[in-house]
Amino acid sequence: MTHPTTTPDAAGGGGPGAEVYLDHAASTPMYPEAIAAMTEQLGRVGNPSSLHASGRATRRVVEESRETIARALNARPGEVVFTSGGTESDNLAVKGLYWSRREADPRRSRILSTSVEHHAVLDSLQWLEERGAEVELLPVDRCGRLELGTLREAIERDPESVALVTVMWANNEVGTVQPVAEVVEIAHRHGIPVHTDAVQAVGQIPVDFAATGVDALTLTAHKLGGPIGVGALVVRREIALTPLLHGGGQERDVRSGTVDAPAIRGFATAVELAVKRRPEYAARVAALRDDLLDRVSEVVPDAVLNGDRDCSLTNRLPGNAHIRFPGCEGDSLLMLLDARGIECSTGSACSAGVPQPSHVLLAMGADEVAARSALRFSLGHTTTEADVDRLVEAIAPVVERARAAGIASGFGPASSATAKVG
Amino acid sequence: MRVLAAMSGGVDSAVAAARAAEMGHDVTGIHLALSRNPKSYRTGARGCCTIEDSNDARRAADVIGIPFYVWDMSERFHEDVVEDFMTEYAEGRTPNPCLRCNEKIKFAAVLERALALGFDAVATGHYARLETGADGLVEMHRAVDMGKDQSYVLGVLTQEQLRASLFPLGDSRKEDVRTEAERRGLSVAKKPDSHDICFISDGDTGGWLQEKLGERVPVASGEIRDHATGEVLGTHEGTYRYTIGQRKGLRIGRPAQDGRPRFVLDIEPVSGTVTVGPREELTVDHIAAFRPRWCGTVPAEPLEGTVQLRAHGDEHRATVRVSPGSARDGGDEVVVELHEPAQGIAPGQAAVIYDGTRVVGSATITAATRRRRHA
Repeated sequence: MTHPTTTPDAAGGGGPGAEVYLDHAASTPMYPEAIAAMTEQLGRVGNPSSLHASGRATRRVVEESRETIARALNARPGEVVFTSGGTESDNLAVKGLYWSRREADPRRSRILSTSVEHHAVLDSLQWLEERGAEVELLPVDRCGRLELGTLREAIERDPESVALVTVMWANNEVGTVQPVAEVVEIAHRHGIPVHTDAVQAVGQIPVDFAATGVDALTLTAHKLGGPIGVGALVVRREIALTPLLHGGGQERDVRSGTVDAPAIRGFATAVELAVKRRPEYAARVAALRDDLLDRVSEVVPDAVLNGDRDCSLTNRLPGNAHIRFPGCEGDSLLMLLDARGIECSTGSACSAGVPQPSHVLLAMGADEVAARSALRFSLGHTTTEADVDRLVEAIAPVVERARAAGIASGFGPASSATAKVG
Repeated sequence: MRVLAAMSGGVDSAVAAARAAEMGHDVTGIHLALSRNPKSYRTGARGCCTIEDSNDARRAADVIGIPFYVWDMSERFHEDVVEDFMTEYAEGRTPNPCLRCNEKIKFAAVLERALALGFDAVATGHYARLETGADGLVEMHRAVDMGKDQSYVLGVLTQEQLRASLFPLGDSRKEDVRTEAERRGLSVAKKPDSHDICFISDGDTGGWLQEKLGERVPVASGEIRDHATGEVLGTHEGTYRYTIGQRKGLRIGRPAQDGRPRFVLDIEPVSGTVTVGPREELTVDHIAAFRPRWCGTVPAEPLEGTVQLRAHGDEHRATVRVSPGSARDGGDEVVVELHEPAQGIAPGQAAVIYDGTRVVGSATITAATRRRRHA
């Protein structure tokens, strides 16, 4: 059965709307249910801190949302602190925990983390380091996974001096899942609190706050079908945090600022759906991802999968395919795919659009050239078999062209580039 | 055609990209990141190299409706342009980094990558005109707006490079380009023109060189001598702070005996000697240059044309000869006989050769001397 095409986009012309969106790890399309819940709330007045009926109604929405999120993550409602997103949650956890722990005992000057954390954690750590903290970024293996022995060693060298441990639940670039429960077990033996950035994990793999025992957990709405600009730090009640934002003391006196009730409602709707649908979702998306990997390596035989080759859910996020195309510049590949309506990413690090080689790949032992030649395809709830088909169709000619442009252009020795043109 | 528009964040390159798109080309905008650690905001009158400029370019691309990317050319730019600039100064010459950038980056590294990626041409906001001549070769001519003409800094482009270049502004006057930018809703319409050297943010070339060159220069300080008597008139803090023909900043305590101003005549970086003397000693009529780059065919006969010896400099009537294989590097030497003498010609600068408005080619000046006595 054929339908008349009314827009040129639908014909695959590459215009807006026709894009094959394989960048869910950067931002995931919102669930229609989350859009509906959020927009409905946008039409209502009321500051959740106001005492009148409208205020109470708004407050109720916020508190119900808090309960929904807590339920989905197996946390208590009082443990959910709303923030503006992942970056703020990471900053609050890392700085807030460090300051409060340090205040309680000035010997606690060390922070243990990994070399593959998101920049929201890494840059917070660096900022603290410039102000006297001793930051130890523990190495990872070739899959990007923390080796527990090094953590144990680092703690046992002087447990009294460790303020906190922060280890991401799953890596945003290569999708490697970290042994968070084991990290908690090791740290808690010495009474050291653990923060985890679970931005990429929630809705993809099982995340159980209470069962894992982590003390603080970062999540954000727009990676799981909710709106951009809202997130949460789930913090155990007995954990003291020094606030970053001072003011009305709205969120447990830890985070001030009028909470964004419409965004929070959209966030809660998305978390609930993402967690509820997760088992079916993960199986479907992992199958698509595996199919993508198989077919890409058929048409580009020298393509290499970065990260854990064991793609089971305990090891790798279901939607993550991080592939190195030897001899190609990741930027060239991205641009050529973009021109064909296929959207992906070269990595997470980006300042003013100037690509830097991924710190994650470098930490995993890649050299700079290898680190520059990779693309991240991240699949999600809107991904279809047709999307994978489009990528598989496009990738071989794109790789061939990018290879002709070479990886040396703009980076290598000065000689060859001019010779051909000039 | 598939066109890659290099967008600095300034008004010219934005309008050039818009015109290329309007001509019906399939245009993609790119901003070249030339610094590893770009400053957040523009300072002074520079039109590139900060994150703000990159954002300006991005906004212009949005308004035009073309895709936009940032290409990291910082390492190549550092190697080919910044390092070369420092070396040239350290060796007592006066380089032009804009020519170098056009030769090595914009119309080489960028163009080559663009062609490999499937583009047909690179468009820039330079003021120069391209025409196809009777012989089928692409000719480059001076821009209609002589005040903005940039054919000098493009004099290094070869036929192959010109064939893959677009200069949509060559027929326009600057004020019209600004008006057009405004009409098109480009927010960069009123952005000031960029001047000076993009990678020296405060415009203090001497201070920048002092900081960067540091110990690299064999003789950091040295003597300032009179050309006739050899008398030491003063000292200086680095030959790279001087350029031939320079009058200001000599810091010689006492005036010359005849009371006339003194100019830098010669720079000798190995001994660190800067020689000064009266203006007439700067007068030259014979220029030797090497490493020629021809826009089209190499002139076989002596060419009666004009030469321009510095950016925004005058045109000098001259006879130009190519002497195959006789340059010091074994390549072709270009010999320029000026019909009227000129002053303050510095080795390292480019001599760009014109036949009327057409650019014939360019070469790097190695020596400038006086051969004839003029009436």
